[in-house]
Amino acid sequence: MNPRYQNRIELLQGTLDLLILQTLMWGEQHGYGISQVIRTHSGDVLQVDTGSLYPALHRLERQKWIKSEWKLTENNQRAKFYQLTAAGRKQLAEERSRWTQMSDAIAAVLNPVRTQ
Amino acid sequence: MSLFDRPQKDSDLDDEIRFHLNMAAKDRIQNGQSVPDARNSALKEFGNIMQVKEATRGMWSGASLEAFWQDLRYGARMLVKSPGFALIAILTLALGIGANTAIFSVVNGVLLNPLPFPHPEQIVSLFTEMPNFKNGSISYPNFEDWRRMNRSFSSIVVYRQTGFDLTEYGQPERLHGEMISAGFFEILGVTPLLGRTFSADEDRLGANPTATITEGLWKRKYGSDPRIIGQRMVLNGVGRTIIGVVPANFHLHIQNFQRGGPANEVYVPVGEWNEPRFHNNRAAGWGLDGIGRLKPGITFEQARADMERVSRDLSTAYPDVNGNKKAYLLPLKDEMIGDMRPVLLVILGAVMFVLLIACVNVANLLLARSTVRSREFAIRIALGAGEMRIVRQLITESLLLALVGGALGLALARFGTAAAIAAMPVTMPRAEEIGLDQRVLLFTLLVSIISGIAFGLAPAWKTSRADVGSTLKESGRTVAGGRGQLQSVFVISEMALAVVLLVGAGLMIRTLVVLLGLDPGFNPNNVMTFSFSGPASYKAGSPDAIRSAQRQLHDKLASLPGVEAVSFSWGATVMRSDNDDYFWIVGRPMPPLSQLPMTLEYDVEPDYLKTLQVPLKRGRFFTTADNEHAPSVAVIDESFAEKYFPNEDPIGHFIDLNTDPTDPEKLPNAQIVGVVSHVNQWGLDSDSTNSLHAQMYLPIMQIPDKSLKRGGLASDVYIRTTRPGVPSFEEMRQRLLDVHGELVVYSPESLDQIVAHSIGKKRFAMTLLAVFAGIALLLASVGIYGVLSYLVGQRTQEIGVRMALGAQRFHVLRLVMNDGARMTFVGLGIGVVAALGLTRLLSHMLFGIKPTDPLTFMAVALLLCGVALFACYVPAHRAMRVDPTVALRYE
Repeated sequence: MNPRYQNRIELLQGTLDLLILQTLMWGEQHGYGISQVIRTHSGDVLQVDTGSLYPALHRLERQKWIKSEWKLTENNQRAKFYQLTAAGRKQLAEERSRWTQMSDAIAAVLNPVRTQ
Repeated sequence: MSLFDRPQKDSDLDDEIRFHLNMAAKDRIQNGQSVPDARNSALKEFGNIMQVKEATRGMWSGASLEAFWQDLRYGARMLVKSPGFALIAILTLALGIGANTAIFSVVNGVLLNPLPFPHPEQIVSLFTEMPNFKNGSISYPNFEDWRRMNRSFSSIVVYRQTGFDLTEYGQPERLHGEMISAGFFEILGVTPLLGRTFSADEDRLGANPTATITEGLWKRKYGSDPRIIGQRMVLNGVGRTIIGVVPANFHLHIQNFQRGGPANEVYVPVGEWNEPRFHNNRAAGWGLDGIGRLKPGITFEQARADMERVSRDLSTAYPDVNGNKKAYLLPLKDEMIGDMRPVLLVILGAVMFVLLIACVNVANLLLARSTVRSREFAIRIALGAGEMRIVRQLITESLLLALVGGALGLALARFGTAAAIAAMPVTMPRAEEIGLDQRVLLFTLLVSIISGIAFGLAPAWKTSRADVGSTLKESGRTVAGGRGQLQSVFVISEMALAVVLLVGAGLMIRTLVVLLGLDPGFNPNNVMTFSFSGPASYKAGSPDAIRSAQRQLHDKLASLPGVEAVSFSWGATVMRSDNDDYFWIVGRPMPPLSQLPMTLEYDVEPDYLKTLQVPLKRGRFFTTADNEHAPSVAVIDESFAEKYFPNEDPIGHFIDLNTDPTDPEKLPNAQIVGVVSHVNQWGLDSDSTNSLHAQMYLPIMQIPDKSLKRGGLASDVYIRTTRPGVPSFEEMRQRLLDVHGELVVYSPESLDQIVAHSIGKKRFAMTLLAVFAGIALLLASVGIYGVLSYLVGQRTQEIGVRMALGAQRFHVLRLVMNDGARMTFVGLGIGVVAALGLTRLLSHMLFGIKPTDPLTFMAVALLLCGVALFACYVPAHRAMRVDPTVALRYE
């Protein structure tokens, strides 16, 4: 395996969706932009594989959680921008709360509070 | 999304990816990389562009054709990659679907398709219902009254099976044909190929003799002569004008119309038959059956009620002969199919069981495979493929398997059906209509699709529930638990299904064994029968000339080397044709004509007992002294004696056969001189249930002059030879022709064949059930073998640990065998319960045993356990030989 990937944590399904939806909360963004945001915000730990990102974007679009539009960037390049739909916002809220529950639960298991 | 959007979406995706790469390169250039380095590293980071595109495209549509083709291509690749699995699965399915297609094509052609006549639902068969028979024959005077008095038929006609000697045109030969009423072909919508059909004027006494011939005879005998109409043909010595040719595509097989016999080749009008008793005697049937076409709008029930009324009126008018008779109506289709319907339905049910087992087997194979593939699916899910997409992929693969199996099955069925029908020892009604029509193709397609979904669902369901994370981390090792359970359920259901089929087949086999072990009352081995008839001139000559010609022919046959005994025979023939008489015992008070008992009548020669080896019980049989000059004698069988002489010796009593007061012909009373044992007349499986059981023998030489002249020089012949087929029929025929060049000698058959034919339907059902049960047992054994092998593979480590801890090899063997035995016994238990419920459907086909026959159930249980435990032993034995050190190193 390429040593470059050794510090990477694999993103499982659902997690990637959550991150994409969260990223789009800040406003519309193109695919490359989304991958950059996730990478920088995670301190270079999470590196989104394009083979997962684009299928996920197209799937979320089909599920009507995000919609896309071709626009020009500030450098006058044609790019496909994604933005959240109302359904996407709702989905994001749900997935966030599920994630919180899950990470709390895992944390509780990893750091058991000793009673007595 | 439609397929037409695709080019646009594809180029959009290209643009999207190009933009991604441009941005990535630009960022790198800004960080100080050179332009080519930046491009290369951006590409490298992006990964395989083709794969990204492929995965992204996969997200575009839920159930579009595009995704389907993608799944299909992928599925096909997967199958090609594991050819062994694909081959076994496809062959298993081809067997199941092919057998179903074959049987369904028979069911479709025979039971489902409408009859190939215009408005077939309007066509009704008519018989006379009598105390002895439901479908007895109709007397011609009654038929004429039915036709006149009914209000529900637009037309009623009668027909009568008969044979004709065709002479004065090439080699004399025997033709099979029918006497029919004018209007017969019109009811069935048959239009002649050439000429016309009979007119009402040609269908009455004194009319000019006419005939229609079939296309077959026209081609065979007349070289398709286009000027055939108007030519003369001599049938039974009567010159007839040929007025029409009936096309070869006309088929009708019903009682007394070409059922089982050789093809009809000639038809003559029945009403023109110059036999006075046929026209005048209301009591005699002469083998006449009817068909009618209902008026439009009249239902079958209305017609039945109408004919009840007609029958009542005729009973009132002729209480003597019609008192206990009435019209019996039956839809033509029911008559054609006869008792084939339940047989076919049972077989269809059995073959569907086979398909179920085949599906379960393939499901098991897929389950085992999905274990191996679980990582592949986990990766695809991790890459963002939806669970539904994976399930769809699996179902697509199953459908692919099923459709390929179905196509192969169709090919099997195409050749198999024809071969099977030809090989079956039974005349299948409507056999000429069996084929692969649209409905059969649709059935095969549906069965394939349903099977595909059925066996694909289980593994798909399992896979969709698999935990992706744990599967990925396991690096190939899997936990046996859950899947093993599902597979056990499969094996148990296979075992249960196999038990039901085995019990069905076992019961039929037992039935056949019982039937073949029955004593038919005669010994059919080495007995041949055939018929002959001589020139019509004998009918005009003296009866003594007929008798002396018969004696001459008899002696000629008897003197042939290899011949042990010969008997000519008139009247009834065993298991082939019946001839019955009303009779009364002289000296007892005579009941009204309509309540007289009936007996079968056989007119035979003294050597009859020796020929058929029928045991003599009391008194004596005929001798050559019982001739035309001696007092009339008769021999009866034991059932006659039991029924009519329960407490006295029948010998010495006289039988009175002059029961019809309107018949001017008087016969002398015949004195009973002997009692022979009962001979099976109606077929091995139906003789005991037939109400006409009494049998009476009369010497052929004492047939009254008038009857003898009506028959002329003609007879059935039984010959017992020392060795079968020696002398051959051809030798015997030549020898008879030496004596009498104008004889027509025809219809050779061995008595063995006739006996076998009488149980043809049961043999047919037994053969198919046995074949299907065999396939079921094989598939179920393969199933249990496969599952145990899989479980042993899964438990190799466990077994290794156990052995390392000191378990004996025997204990390991027992461990695995226990698993197999548990599945087998549970399956057996469920199967036995199901069989107890289902074999009742077979009861009408069984003979001499109950549908719950304990011997059959025990034999099936033993067979199943034996085969299943053997199938278990192979993997168990493998487990026993597990080397603990190797097994533990697996970790």
